Amino acid sequence: MADHKPKGISRWLFTTNHKDIGTMYLVFSFIMFLVGGAMAMVIRAELFQPGLQFVEPDFFNQMTTMHGLVMVFGAVMPATVGLANWLIPMMIGAPDMALPRMNNWSFWILPAAFGLLLSTLFMEGGAPNFGWTFYAPLSTTYGPESTDFFIFAIHLMGISSIMGAINVIVTVFNMRAPGMTLMKMPMFVWTWLITAFLLVMVMPVLAGAVTMMLTDRNFGTSFFDAAGGGDPVLFQHVFWFFGHPEVYIMILPAFGIASAIIPTFARKKLFGYSSMVYATASIAFLSFIVWAHHMFTVGMPVKGELFFMIATMLIAVPTGVKVFNWIATMWRGSITYETPMLYALAFVILFTIGGFSGVMLALTPVDWQYHDTYFVVAHFHYVLFPGAIFGTMAAVYYWLPKWTGRMYDEKLAKWHFWLSIVFVNLTFFPMHFSGLAGMQRRVPDYAIMFSDFNMMSSIGAFGLGLMQLLFAWILIKVCILEKGEKATDRVWEDAEGLEFTHLPSPAPYHTFDTPPKID
Amino acid sequence: MSQEQVQNDNKVMTKKLFVVVIIMVAFGFAMVPLYDVFCQITGLNGKVNGLAVYEEQEPDMSREIKIQFMTINKGDMPWDFRPVQTEIKVHPGKEYEVLFAVKNRTGKKMIGQAIPSFSPNLTAQYFNKTECFCFNQQILAAGESEEMPMRFFVDKDIPERYDTITLAYTLHNVTPEDDQIASK
Amino acid sequence: MSLFRKMALFVASFSALLLSGCGDDIKYNMREGVTEISREVYELHMIAIWVCVIIGIITFGVMFYSMFAHRKSKNPNPAKFSHSTVVEIIWTAIPFIILIALAVPAIGLLIKMEDASDSELTVMVKGYQWKWEYKYIDGDDNLANDVRFFSNLDQASRDMSRNAGSGFSGVKIEDENYLLEVDNPLVIPVNKKVRFLVTSDDVIHSFWVPDFSVKKDAIPGFINEVWAKVDEPGTYRGVCAELCGQDHGFMPIVVKVLPQDEYDAWYAEKVAEAEAGPDLNERTMSQLMAEGEAAYNTYCKACHMENGQGSGPFPSLVGTEMVTGEGSLTKHIDTVLNGVPGTAMQAFGNQLTEAEIAAIITYERNAWGNDTGDIVQPQEIHDIKNGGGE
Repeated sequence: MADHKPKGISRWLFTTNHKDIGTMYLVFSFIMFLVGGAMAMVIRAELFQPGLQFVEPDFFNQMTTMHGLVMVFGAVMPATVGLANWLIPMMIGAPDMALPRMNNWSFWILPAAFGLLLSTLFMEGGAPNFGWTFYAPLSTTYGPESTDFFIFAIHLMGISSIMGAINVIVTVFNMRAPGMTLMKMPMFVWTWLITAFLLVMVMPVLAGAVTMMLTDRNFGTSFFDAAGGGDPVLFQHVFWFFGHPEVYIMILPAFGIASAIIPTFARKKLFGYSSMVYATASIAFLSFIVWAHHMFTVGMPVKGELFFMIATMLIAVPTGVKVFNWIATMWRGSITYETPMLYALAFVILFTIGGFSGVMLALTPVDWQYHDTYFVVAHFHYVLFPGAIFGTMAAVYYWLPKWTGRMYDEKLAKWHFWLSIVFVNLTFFPMHFSGLAGMQRRVPDYAIMFSDFNMMSSIGAFGLGLMQLLFAWILIKVCILEKGEKATDRVWEDAEGLEFTHLPSPAPYHTFDTPPKID
Repeated sequence: MSQEQVQNDNKVMTKKLFVVVIIMVAFGFAMVPLYDVFCQITGLNGKVNGLAVYEEQEPDMSREIKIQFMTINKGDMPWDFRPVQTEIKVHPGKEYEVLFAVKNRTGKKMIGQAIPSFSPNLTAQYFNKTECFCFNQQILAAGESEEMPMRFFVDKDIPERYDTITLAYTLHNVTPEDDQIASK
Repeated sequence: MSLFRKMALFVASFSALLLSGCGDDIKYNMREGVTEISREVYELHMIAIWVCVIIGIITFGVMFYSMFAHRKSKNPNPAKFSHSTVVEIIWTAIPFIILIALAVPAIGLLIKMEDASDSELTVMVKGYQWKWEYKYIDGDDNLANDVRFFSNLDQASRDMSRNAGSGFSGVKIEDENYLLEVDNPLVIPVNKKVRFLVTSDDVIHSFWVPDFSVKKDAIPGFINEVWAKVDEPGTYRGVCAELCGQDHGFMPIVVKVLPQDEYDAWYAEKVAEAEAGPDLNERTMSQLMAEGEAAYNTYCKACHMENGQGSGPFPSLVGTEMVTGEGSLTKHIDTVLNGVPGTAMQAFGNQLTEAEIAAIITYERNAWGNDTGDIVQPQEIHDIKNGGGE
């Protein structure tokens, strides 16, 4: 089979190859990660000391808003879609994604969407400044002019995500190699399949929410305006009906990654495969009935609060099962600590810390003290940075040799890991304390009693930001400078999965044109 | 399975999934009426059913519930708006009438709309209005004032735990923008 | 560096962090507060923390033991098991039981917190961009004795915040009430169940006083209720907790809790102030300019900026049609009194005194080189407000 690749720019513009598209997704998300990170640096610089030092409060709000939007929709989600593109066809023995042309569109919509979103920073009246949750009426009646562009950008991102998700579902259901039954699929495929269902279910709801915003702003409807018989709280219900499953959309693929990496380096099969599948599915199901725990302070009836509190606490059960299963996988294994394993372990530990604060936040009476403070900021950064992003980094280190045929620089990677782990905790752990002490979210300035913790967070954040440049260098060395020793076909001593056992390193441009034999 | 068959299956499945997407968009919009229905049943945001009809009944003289009336002006609403009675005690099952005074102290014709809200919010479902200005928009000429009636009764089956009901009307300015420009 | 050395380092630095705050735990933990409810909330919070810490120690302990004992150099031959129904059922059931144990006290406490019946005083709390208004509901029909006032961030905090703006070497702020002080605090009596009816004028705000364990969103067009029964007199500070626009971080809440007799005296004084009616005395230009500058800085500066130039969607007041145009005075007064519908420009006629409005308009028409020479007296504003204008 000829390993034929088109050349030049048109290769990337018109490609329908899942590996090319996966690469583009990953590169794009890394660029967005740096853009969103730069915004975080502005935020942390302003918060280094009390008093207004660098930016005006309104610009600060634009930064927090854009940081959230860019990281959620631009960095984390495309990164996992990139991994799905690269890995799912190889893992299930398919020649490509089921809908290659749609795959191309769903990627190329993204740069347009983010070009539009980022261009609002240069518009008259400034970029969206109402937080990534864009609560009405701050975003409707009181939103800046650029809000309409933001709405359009969200629509585009939604379309891109929905097409990506449909592609994954169709691929997984129709393209598996003979013998690859559903319950033989790698966990990563399972978690992504469930993620894709979540995406198909909730991205349209988000599209509905922003459409209602658009008509409220420009066409005289009043979905969210009490004057015309609407209700601003309705916006929060619609938003969080999307928003809570969205949290799992970001984290489930990382669960799959940890479930691939830990068995490899523990040299032992994943413990409780089927319970992992059921746990993931029940987390996804529960994510649909807990949304109002984001809005305990809006004045719901007690019965509603009780329902959402209990449903939320229930999520801890399947999540706990996953964590225990990972530990049981390691138990009496034969463990080595290469960088992907280090990241996967850090993911398990630090994600669990985020899970603990999640259980605390679920308790409604106490949530009234935590709500909208830095305690919440600490919580969701623990599940997102050392959770979703460490998971993605683990995946990149783990599969990079398979993608490029070269090993990354293990020494630099270890530095990247250890310094990241110090800085990530230095950044986000103190936020628990400043939040409990009473510091509210989304403020450019604060009372002096929060000074120490904020300074720690800022120092940690600058270090963490710097570390990502090191990460960029590690990747450039392998991918562009083509340095590093050749990877074996198996890459890791006991790596399982078709991509390691059936394919050479680097994986050729076209793989599994004839389906592999699965026993 | 042949190549064509797979592609055919893919098409069918993609179509099905797009149908799911469309259903979910519809669901997003359906959350608006669903929320309204939910609010009407529970009285969550004060949006209870329209006019009630008072049927002659024996009031429950053993219970007395305090009703507080409050008025709130939305920021861009310059009218004076106040309850004439700020607080009354009522017996469940008996019909009462209270007045709200409103005055347009600007120099132009304006239209206002009052939106009710209850606290505790679940009491809304036991509070029946037999006549209320809040069901219509108020049109007041420059300098005009009015006393607007509101008749109501409280259900006899209101749970014991409620001893106070606060009814707040927020007055919104719903004057169409071109009207204002015309009058300037 | 081995994983264990790193973990030791992490634990050491973390405990140092905790110890550094010892004796002053208000800096890193939730406060116990001064109401029965807030103490129960604190207890539940501490129980939740300890449950998490203990589960964490056990789980991570097993994990670290495995990472250490089952590393390849020690355990070259991995075990083969990959499934155990019994174990899996156990670790599904145990978290379930722990969660129920946590939920039970939470349910009881929640029901207690949501019961605002038998309150002895009702205060309406209304959020604005970016200030609070408090109105005491007295239950009588007399409007002349209503106690209501605005509560703004104090001038000292405003000055410090804006002056600090010059990089890290800026003024070091040392005032411990920086951003936590207001001009007119909310005053309530001790040992009385006070019900707060929370609402908003514009966007969603959130009324949060940590010491009372009170946090409720202020939603435009709707009222929410929340209550507190404070058992220690003192001054308690909170903030707006929901993002409400550019000065979200600059609208603190200060509640002074007074013994009943002091509260009664304070309230009587406020009633007397209200009954005295507005101060409509005539003022000189310089008086109006001085009062106008102070009031402008409190109510107008956030949007129209100190130099009157405005920012973003907020229009400039320097040399523009509204302030210096021919015959613009009537329109200017009308705009300040009645606001501009659908924009952030509120109808200040409902908010400020005649004297403040007169002073602000005079100030705006003569400051920053506008120099129109126009003087507006409180009496004129009073007449326009009550006579229908034009």
